[in-house]
Amino acid sequence: MSACSVEVDRNLCKGCGICVSVCPKNALELSPNIGPSGYRYPMLKGECIGCKTCTLYCPDFAITIVCNEGGGQG
Amino acid sequence: MRCLRKHFSRKYLREEVLPTPFCPGCFNGVVMNAMFKAFEELGVERLKGYVFVSGIGCSSWIPSPHIKADTIHTLHGRAVAVATGVKLAKPNLNVIVIGGDGDLAAIGFNHLVHAARRNMDLLVILVNNLVYGMTRGQASPTTPEGMRTVTTPYGAYEPVMDVAELIARTNANYVARWCVVNFNQLKNSIKEALSKYSRGFRFIEVIAPCITYVVRYEGKTPGQKIKELMKVCRPNTETPYGRIGILKAEDKPGYLDRYFEYVKRATEGDKGE
Ligand code: SF4
Ligand code: SF4
Ligand code: SF4
Ligand SMILES: [Mg+2]
Repeated sequence: MSACSVEVDRNLCKGCGICVSVCPKNALELSPNIGPSGYRYPMLKGECIGCKTCTLYCPDFAITIVCNEGGGQG
Repeated sequence: MRCLRKHFSRKYLREEVLPTPFCPGCFNGVVMNAMFKAFEELGVERLKGYVFVSGIGCSSWIPSPHIKADTIHTLHGRAVAVATGVKLAKPNLNVIVIGGDGDLAAIGFNHLVHAARRNMDLLVILVNNLVYGMTRGQASPTTPEGMRTVTTPYGAYEPVMDVAELIARTNANYVARWCVVNFNQLKNSIKEALSKYSRGFRFIEVIAPCITYVVRYEGKTPGQKIKELMKVCRPNTETPYGRIGILKAEDKPGYLDRYFEYVKRATEGDKGE
C-alpha cells in the first residue's frame, strides 16, 4: 500500500501528462475518463514515494501529494 | 467531502482567475512554480513589496492577472522601461520583469540592453520559448538555426541571438541561463538573484520551448520534450540553446547606489576636482 496519495484539482488539470512522464517511479497514469474541464487527469497506478517531482512540474498547479507520516504537503 | 490540498504555488496566485489561459503543458506554469518555490524557500509568504512588470506575449501573462502582488501589464517591449521608472520612483520595492523572447529580445531589446548597461536594480526573467508563441509560432531572434517553425518549414536559416551572452557582456551583475528542466538550479538562481545578489541588473534566461508551436509542431508530447531537454541541458555545457549555467555573478554597486552617490556629491558641490 502506497504511503502517499495523489490529489488532483480536476478543474485545473489540463491533461498534459507532464506529471506522468516526470514521475521517477512511473506511478501515474491518465484516467480513461475525462474530468469536468474536458481533460483526462492523472491517477495513481503504482507506488508513490512522495518525491513531489510531479507537483514542481505541473504547469497548472493541479496535483498535490499527501503522505501519511511526516511527509509534508506539496 | 474532504477539501483538496492546494498546490504550493496557489498561495501566490489570484485563484479566482485560474485556470491560466496557457495551452495544456505550457512551460510558463513550470517557470511560475520555480519562482514561487524560490519565494517559499526565502520565507516570503506574501509578495508585499514586490512589483511584477510585463509587456506583451504569452509569458507576459505570468504576472497579470495571476500573481497576487502589484502587477503592471504594459506596452509591447516596454516592460523594462516601465520597471526602471517604478524602481527609480520607489527604490524600496523589488521590481521583477517577466517576458518572452519576442518582448524582451526582439521589440524590447533596446530597453533590455541599456538597463543592463546601467546595471539597473531589476530582476529580469526571460522565458525563451524559441518562437513568437502568441502570434502562432513564427521564428524569432532566438529560434535555433535549423529549427522548423511555421515561417521556417525547412529550418530557421538566420543566425540565432544569444541573449544571455549579450547581457553578460554588459555591466550587468548577474546572468544565468537554465532550461525549464533544470528546475532546482533555476529556483536557486532566482533565490540568489533576490538575496545574495540583490542589487544591480540580474538576468535569468529560461529555455522553455513553446508547447504548441515548437513541441507539438515537432510531433512530440510535453513529456517527451521534458525527457529530451533533461538529456540536452547539462549545466555548464554548450547546448543548441547556448551555454547552460551561471554566466556571471557579481555584486558591483547598482544604478541606484551610483545615482545616490552622485546626488550626494552634487549636494555637496563636489565635482571631484
Ligand atoms: S501535470 Fe498537472 S495539468 Fe498536467 S496532467 Fe498532470 S496534473 Fe494535469
Ligand atoms: S510524488 Fe513523486 S513518486 Fe509520487 S506521483 Fe509524484 S512524481 Fe511520482
Ligand atoms: S502558445 Fe506556446 S507559449 Fe503560448 S501559451 Fe501556448 S504553449 Fe505556452
Ligand atoms: Mg517567444
